[in-house]
Amino acid sequence: MRAVVTVIGKDTVGILHKVSGICAEYNVNVIEVTQSVLQDMFAMIMLVDISAIKGDFSELVDRMTALGTELGLSIHTMHEDIFNSMHSV
Amino acid sequence: MLNVYNILETIRMIQDECLDIRTITMGISLLDCIDTDIEKACDKVYNKIVSKAGSLVATGQQIETEYGIPIVNKRISVTPIAMLAAACPDGDPVKFARALQKAADTCGVNFIGGYSALVHKGFSAGDMALIRSIPEALDVTQNICSSVNIGSTKSGINMDAVKLMGEIVKETAVRTADRDCIGPAKLVVFCNAVEDNPFMAGAFHGVGEPDCEIHVGVSGPGVVRAALTKYPDASINEIADIIKKTAFKITRMGQLVGARASELLGVPFGIVDLSLAPTPAVGDSVAHILEEMGLEMCGTHGTTACLAMLNDAVKKGGVMASSTVGGLSGAFIPVSEDAGMIDAAVAGVLSLEKLEAMTAVCSVGLDMIVVPGEIAPETISAIIADEAAIGMVNSKTTAVRLIPAIGKKEGDTLEFGGLLGSGPVMPIREKSSAKFINRGGRIPAPMQSLKN
Repeated sequence: MRAVVTVIGKDTVGILHKVSGICAEYNVNVIEVTQSVLQDMFAMIMLVDISAIKGDFSELVDRMTALGTELGLSIHTMHEDIFNSMHSV
Repeated sequence: MLNVYNILETIRMIQDECLDIRTITMGISLLDCIDTDIEKACDKVYNKIVSKAGSLVATGQQIETEYGIPIVNKRISVTPIAMLAAACPDGDPVKFARALQKAADTCGVNFIGGYSALVHKGFSAGDMALIRSIPEALDVTQNICSSVNIGSTKSGINMDAVKLMGEIVKETAVRTADRDCIGPAKLVVFCNAVEDNPFMAGAFHGVGEPDCEIHVGVSGPGVVRAALTKYPDASINEIADIIKKTAFKITRMGQLVGARASELLGVPFGIVDLSLAPTPAVGDSVAHILEEMGLEMCGTHGTTACLAMLNDAVKKGGVMASSTVGGLSGAFIPVSEDAGMIDAAVAGVLSLEKLEAMTAVCSVGLDMIVVPGEIAPETISAIIADEAAIGMVNSKTTAVRLIPAIGKKEGDTLEFGGLLGSGPVMPIREKSSAKFINRGGRIPAPMQSLKN
């Protein structure tokens, strides 16, 4: 089972560190990361493996959302199925 | 295969364009709750609903977290209560409404639909008592929705029921006048009602359906409009294509959520209803899609043609995206629930007559229309008859949800708040239809019914 974490907002120090820190805390393995910084806007998409997650997926979602609020970023953590099903038959 | 563009598109649709799952609705059969003792029947109804739908809201919330897509409403539809009322002729059907309300409170759902009767060819035991109890039932409960089917392509239009429903709609408004006449907002009069509709206020669980199942109603007018904004100079057939592609994506969400809900609840998956259901929120309007196509304001000449194309394209796009499509499936045009429709009605551009024409090509009917409080019951009946005739002849569902604004007249506004929005009181014709309505009887089924 995999999930997608997207982070969009103003670039600051340590975003990747903090997001991946939460992943590590929940035993969630980061499989792939793509990121780009356009002027000072930061956009990162992270594909993570949640099959061995410690605790509830909803807790991870809440932690990421809280981190987003704290840093003034928009962070979404969603199951990969939503993207797969929306864009293909 | 995931790609960055698709991921960002999905997130933008949810975050900026109001994409959501409008409702997951659990259909529950109450046929096994029939009892000649109304108290026992009510207990059975409460117990069955709570045992089936006890975890519906929690499951909905779990899916919301998992996929990051809002599921706005969690609802229940049940077997038309008139069928249960038939077994206890001496009992007061309002007791069933109270039992349903208690079940809605326990389950935490925002509506239970099915305080209904199907009388398109005539009244059977229980039907008359239930219909007469509708004003009281909608007055003493908050979350119960009622519907009555008064006609069909196969059987014609039951004009006795049409006459009765004019009186019932008016009486319901009078009884709830102190609450902005909220009663009739929860009452729909149908022609060709569908048995697996997940949307309120017209949802009920048909007798041909399984014991329990899950339906999903998708939405997304904002997404369709945003997609059209990107192509200001496209031709109409290109626009139809864009709508199809967008409807496909929206419906895929519904299919995914429905399949997941069905798995988690251990209940069969019924249908996805591919409807564009507007809300009063900014950017969630069907009228604005029509305006994006090139109308200065919804309701002007060309509106019916734009809506016909939109309705058809939504179906074509959606039908490929789901294994089982059903319900009403199309574009809804409720006046008070759609910011663009409200503006057009206030400006006097959108009239009752134009809305009637629009209902011939969209999925429902005259929906959430506020009329003057002094309207005669026969006039309400005549509006119902007109709308039912469109449904009967065109073999489609039509419905009427009129709200007589007691104590208000043309130019005033009725405020419901929330998803029900607000509506200006719209002008109606002053000449009487009373003689026609008081004739009673039945409009025979049209030639279209003879298909065998």
